[in-house]
Amino acid sequence: MTQGFRTVSGGRIDRARVLRFSFDGHAYAGVAGDTLASALLANGVHLLGRSFKYHRPRGLLAAGSEEPSALVAVRRDAARYTPNLRATQVELYEGLEAHSQNRWPSLALDFGAVNDLLSPFIPAGFYYKTFMWPRRAWRWLYEPRIRAAAGLGRAPTQPDPDRYASRYAHCDVLVVGAGPAGLAAAAAAVGAGARVILCDEQNELGGSLLSDSSRAAPVIDGRPAARWLDDTLADLAARQVTLLPRTTAFGYFPHNLVALNERLTDHLAIPAALAPRERQWQVRAREVVLATGAIERPLVFPGNDRPGIMLAAAARTWLNRYGVLPGTRAVVVTASDAAYEAALDLQQAGLAIAMIAEVRDAVPAGLADLTRAAGIPVLTGATVLGTSGRRRVQAIRLARIRHGAVSEPKTLRCDLVLMSGGFTPSVHLFSQSRGTLAWDDAVQAFLPAVLAERARSAGACRGVFELARVRSDGAAAGAAAAREATAPGREGVCPAGALGRSVAAAAAGSAEELAGARGFAGALPQPQRARGKAFVDWQNDVTTRDLALATREGFRSIEHIKRYTTTGMATDQGKTSNLNALGVVSGTLGKAIPDMGLTTFRMPYTPVTFGSFAGSARGDLFDPVRTTPMHSWAVKNGAVFEDVGLWKRARHFPCPGEDLHRAVNRECLTVRNACGIFDASTLGKIEVVGKDAVTFMNRLYTNAWSSLAVGRCRYGVLLRDDGFVYDDGVVARMAEDRFHVTTTTGGAPRVLALMEDYLQTEWPDLGVWLTSTTEQWAVIAVQGPTARPVLESLVDIDMSAAAMPHMSVAVGHICGVPMRLFRVSFSGELGFEVNVPADFGAAVWEAISEAGQAHGITPYGTETMHVLRAEKGYIIVGQDTDGTVTPEDAGLGWAIGKNKPDFLGKRSLQRPAMTSADRRQLVGLLTVDPATVLDEGAQVMLEPAAPVPTRPIGHVTSSYYSATLGRSIALALIGGGRSRSGQTLYVPMPQGDVPVQVASPVFYDPKGERLNA
Amino acid sequence: MLLIQCPYCGERPEPEFVYGGQAHIARPQPSAELSDQEWTNFLYRRNNTRGAHAERWRHTHGCGRFFNALRDTTTDHFLATYKLSEPPPRPPAESAE
Repeated sequence: MTQGFRTVSGGRIDRARVLRFSFDGHAYAGVAGDTLASALLANGVHLLGRSFKYHRPRGLLAAGSEEPSALVAVRRDAARYTPNLRATQVELYEGLEAHSQNRWPSLALDFGAVNDLLSPFIPAGFYYKTFMWPRRAWRWLYEPRIRAAAGLGRAPTQPDPDRYASRYAHCDVLVVGAGPAGLAAAAAAVGAGARVILCDEQNELGGSLLSDSSRAAPVIDGRPAARWLDDTLADLAARQVTLLPRTTAFGYFPHNLVALNERLTDHLAIPAALAPRERQWQVRAREVVLATGAIERPLVFPGNDRPGIMLAAAARTWLNRYGVLPGTRAVVVTASDAAYEAALDLQQAGLAIAMIAEVRDAVPAGLADLTRAAGIPVLTGATVLGTSGRRRVQAIRLARIRHGAVSEPKTLRCDLVLMSGGFTPSVHLFSQSRGTLAWDDAVQAFLPAVLAERARSAGACRGVFELARVRSDGAAAGAAAAREATAPGREGVCPAGALGRSVAAAAAGSAEELAGARGFAGALPQPQRARGKAFVDWQNDVTTRDLALATREGFRSIEHIKRYTTTGMATDQGKTSNLNALGVVSGTLGKAIPDMGLTTFRMPYTPVTFGSFAGSARGDLFDPVRTTPMHSWAVKNGAVFEDVGLWKRARHFPCPGEDLHRAVNRECLTVRNACGIFDASTLGKIEVVGKDAVTFMNRLYTNAWSSLAVGRCRYGVLLRDDGFVYDDGVVARMAEDRFHVTTTTGGAPRVLALMEDYLQTEWPDLGVWLTSTTEQWAVIAVQGPTARPVLESLVDIDMSAAAMPHMSVAVGHICGVPMRLFRVSFSGELGFEVNVPADFGAAVWEAISEAGQAHGITPYGTETMHVLRAEKGYIIVGQDTDGTVTPEDAGLGWAIGKNKPDFLGKRSLQRPAMTSADRRQLVGLLTVDPATVLDEGAQVMLEPAAPVPTRPIGHVTSSYYSATLGRSIALALIGGGRSRSGQTLYVPMPQGDVPVQVASPVFYDPKGERLNA
Repeated sequence: MLLIQCPYCGERPEPEFVYGGQAHIARPQPSAELSDQEWTNFLYRRNNTRGAHAERWRHTHGCGRFFNALRDTTTDHFLATYKLSEPPPRPPAESAE
């Protein structure tokens, strides 16, 4: 197919470089410099999509990122399928494959279009009113059907194979938008010595200058605009300004953090193999200049959404930038001066202009002369009654309306309708920055009023439209931003004070400039019984009728009306619709627009891929992984790992053919009868040192530390000041002024933070230093009756029971490596914990493992560790406690230093509720059937088959099968539990209520004889 | 993402810091002499300020030091940060409209 609508010359395209592409399987050709949209228009294709709700045929409304309708999917392969792209932003490359969306079976014949006929039955909010019964059907019938029928593109089904990059950047001045205002700002800022970043969402920098016509090309600094643009960009690059095309500033966050998304490879036919597809920038700028321009408003009239009806500025862009004639015979409907330029440009390019329908009562004098000279008829005070044409506009009905009476109706044949309702300044980013907007009567728009950040707006985004004034506004903003960013004494991005400044007023525009840009907001006047849908929001299919319905149903706030009708809530965030929606509602309610207020803008300005946010944080890089020094030994020896926080811990070491339970049973029995070796390196470790170390420990932990002799250990309990158990662990006194504190694996950071908190803020007078040593020590637990002979041959210290009783610590060497040797047990057996510097952990582990072969040693994992400790009734903080458990509840009352004047939580333990007899207390549970293992977390009831609702008296916290005891065991927190010893209670399980007997939580060796062996 | 002025390190991004609750609440000692109500107030009662709020922050992923800050709860902006040993500065007067 030839490009029948391509002009012979002009535009920023390279006609010699032909690019082939396909749309819905049809082959077309475009040229380098095209977007998908311009290439399709060049081929005379105007039908690009189906609308969201009514499945109406849609074409191109706009030429930029504000395009609401022409959403397409681009497919490179099965995984690289990107839906919901605006065709106006998809740059053409050789072989591009694009597809339309939301249609079946084809774009031209879409069965979903029946919705358009059913529209009286599906008004705004219909899904709130219908589909109510039966209630359950919403989930399996109504919602899936509605979602399938209404919608955008489908998501790709395979993982995203592309790479995404991220970058932090700092600069003095960030300029958003590289139109005439942004370019002037960047030039002024770099001229004043500032470090500048300039970004723009388009593939070329230049903004509105890219769409200027050759007919009346503006002259800048004595050069044609196009040459001036090339020179300026070369100059900025030479002066080290970071120029970022294809880069959308999509979010404005506190303290001048602006998020940019740079699209790196989507425009390339064959991207380099490892090149990132997108790069997300987080720019922290001392000053920001927003030069985001303005977006033309559509006019709201019946049938205003047919393909071939577009914004006047878009038509100018198609012609002047892309060399495309968007039709053959056009009617222009306008309320602003800009559309006249478009009409004259198109006429000169050979397109017939049938009429200009001027909404205003008079044509500005200068323009009247021009249209007369060009022979274009003008109808003033005009409105549009409707349009016709199925997949492309074919005719438009114009008329005058005075006091509800229609006069001079006429129907004109055309294949193109240009409309212009004036320009809406793009205040999205300013609003995101929490700046306050105010209605400006002269410009008839919301403009930046009060700043919340160190930012400036320049050019059309603050209502300055005429080119020379835009450039001087930009230059002034850039110069001022550079001055403040580099001012002597300016430190950092956010010096205190000077916020809430009002925006400096722009130099007043001429009366003609303002009158020309002001335009029209709302719906064009219609006779009493108008027919046809007049669209306000193209992307969400919201019509004037929906807005009227919302006000009829009592909605008054624009925020409520927005949510009820979904106007402005589509992915385009109402770029083309917000002000018209306000105008329509304002007309219906008889309330002025400034009194209605504006809805809030949120990030992102345009949709951003998930990949861009994820960056490199995927797969293995999603979260850090912590491994112990003995990790590779465990891997080599077949360990099965579990995640404990960020740690990888060996859960069990199955022999060939063993499942979890058989492996754990074997490991448990081996530890009880011979010896086991266990990697306890993940335990938190904090070295508490200083002349006041014992005072500090006394104030923190419940225990009495003054009486702990050097070389001895004690089980310590740490409470919060509210009296509940926070952490526990063995604490060794290495010297008068030095404690080796251990914490739970998960509790290490928060215990250190709590210690630092009290040390820095409550007791800064104490001479104490805290050092995390968790990763400095490798900890190898050797537990079991033969533990002593296993270690004795390797160490240079006396390990006899007399020299090293239970709960003692000694310093010495193992295999010649410095060691702290603890005699402690978390298994109930004779046990030692060997602490060696982490680098020696693997070697020492292997040496112990080797030496243990003669003594029946086995490696064991966390699951066996859990069973062994539960058999002894040792708690795990966070499993057997839950933040509402006191030491007394957990059976740890003995660990409280009764004679200490104070410690964290002491006062709270005296409150009446903390000593009540019916508090939940830790007890053991024995199932009547020894083979039944209770579910952890199961509730415990007084009676079987209690009628619902009922109150449980407790819950199961730990539950295992104990090979040692040949039966199941469980720990539970039960109301008044210790007074219920021997009582039968009931645990509801999937198979029914399981009877259990309350027992002591110490199931094995209650006298601790094995421990003290 | 806010920037926070650590009194020891200077301006650093928010993720380096951890919030520490209302400032200037000394732990009563000896706690045994307090009534249940007084102790409860110390444990649980906090201001819900609209405007300048004195609060504790810790530069956890930096110098590790606690410091105090005056933050406007309506705008989220920090009005001042200061060392623990220093008294809270007076909140700056509202800028004239």
